[in-house]
Amino acid sequence: MSVIRSPLPGTFYHKPAPDLPPFKAEGDPVAVGDVIGLVEVMKSFMEVKAEVAGTVVRFLVDNEAPVTAGAVLVELAD
Amino acid sequence: MALTRLFIANRGEIAVRINRSATALGLETVQAYSEADAEMLAVGMATDAVCIGPAPAKASYLVADRIVAAAKDAGCDAVHPGYGFLAENAAFAEAVETAGMVFVGPKPETIRAMGDKAAARAAAIAAGVPVVPGSDGLVADIAATIAAAETVGYPVMVKATAGGGGRGIRIAETEEDLRRLAPQAQAEALAAFGDGGLYLERVIRNARHIEVQILGDGQRAVHCFERECSLQRRRQKVWEEAPAACLNAETRAKLCASAVALAESVHYRGAGTLEYLYDETTGAFYFIEMNTRIQVEHPVTEMVTGIDLIEEMLRIAGGEPLRLRQEDITLTGHAIEARINAEDPANGFMPFPGVVGALSIPEGPDLRFDGMLYEGYAIPPFYDSLLGKLIARGATRIEAIDRLKAALAETRIEGVKTTIPLHLSLADAPEVRSGAVHTQFLEPWLASVQLAAE
Repeated sequence: MSVIRSPLPGTFYHKPAPDLPPFKAEGDPVAVGDVIGLVEVMKSFMEVKAEVAGTVVRFLVDNEAPVTAGAVLVELAD
Repeated sequence: MALTRLFIANRGEIAVRINRSATALGLETVQAYSEADAEMLAVGMATDAVCIGPAPAKASYLVADRIVAAAKDAGCDAVHPGYGFLAENAAFAEAVETAGMVFVGPKPETIRAMGDKAAARAAAIAAGVPVVPGSDGLVADIAATIAAAETVGYPVMVKATAGGGGRGIRIAETEEDLRRLAPQAQAEALAAFGDGGLYLERVIRNARHIEVQILGDGQRAVHCFERECSLQRRRQKVWEEAPAACLNAETRAKLCASAVALAESVHYRGAGTLEYLYDETTGAFYFIEMNTRIQVEHPVTEMVTGIDLIEEMLRIAGGEPLRLRQEDITLTGHAIEARINAEDPANGFMPFPGVVGALSIPEGPDLRFDGMLYEGYAIPPFYDSLLGKLIARGATRIEAIDRLKAALAETRIEGVKTTIPLHLSLADAPEVRSGAVHTQFLEPWLASVQLAAE
């Protein structure tokens, strides 16, 4: 089991835009470099990229919920 | 002062600024704050504070109904909206007045009229204020396009009426260009927006952004001279000055008189700013839009005129007639404001929220810092990155630049990256020192220089 953490504090988004599907859903494969979500910080949007590969087990932060720097966003199964 | 208790429907440095002037006038203040802003400086300054919702602005500072109810419940008789958020929302201004309170700003119908670009342009034309030359509405076909371009003058911009995001825009230097480019613009607009309607506007090359500060009481208006805000990054102002050093006395007088004429023609109430493009090669100025609120860069005007604009806004909102006569308002020296943002200029201006460590803000004659910082303050990531504004005044523009530079070099804001290195580089840039800048200057300049790490 590995995790992906938020690099910055802000607001976490699962989707690239409100009317688009999420970057990743539970059960989806994740490759190194895949975008798994966005963090909005001071009105700028930063992509959160996977540094490890795996399969999405679950998101620990809801769409549009606040996050702190270092908070676990996603759990991945190996 | 007819008002007694003011609700401040904003956050950050402008909330601090409004609290100060209101308190000096003997008003009680009630500060709105979101769940993420409970520790902000203005909360501690205000007589009372009220939480208006969760961190995201759309769940707190942008919820008009909740803010009006909170202000009413807190026993306030007026609401100051600051800038951004609901400051230029006519429905909010209306709701404040319907609830029996005073909106510190213009009447809702003025906000509505001046917020609509076409309506504002029409009001300017009616008041005899020059606007960017353009076709009289849509152009029907190629022949009409060519004819309109003859009147407007080359170079012209062909724009799709339904356009957006830069699509459906072409710049034509000559008639030959226009014959080739207009059909392209039309096809692109038709494909993208399903509407091929085109209009023309003169291209103002290397324009400067100049804006006039006005105050009105609904009957009479005065100007407090102009500011130049040509140094912009991604359409955000970075460094602002008052007055605009590029204007001669005659042009300044005409520009400021045009702003007063437009403000009086719409019976403007409160503080407002008329934005213009200035073509230095011809000395012509063109009205582009009006901001019906206090602006971030208002301190440079205060530094060169000695007027407290927030105080005047509150007095006018309290029903006092405008107490300033035009002949009482004079310019003394030159002032410059550097916006200090929590961004890392050495890393693409990446936002940098964090906890403020050791803090040292210089003080001295002709220096001012409008901020919201204290040691240990955790800057929330949910709002804009403005930390404060350092403003320096000098007898001359160069003296102001040098005083600003010395103050910037002395400023310490530990714990976060800031845009201070950008301002230090700008203060040394020959183009900035000589004043040879325009709205398209900063971004290419940034690409060409290596900003020193803080």
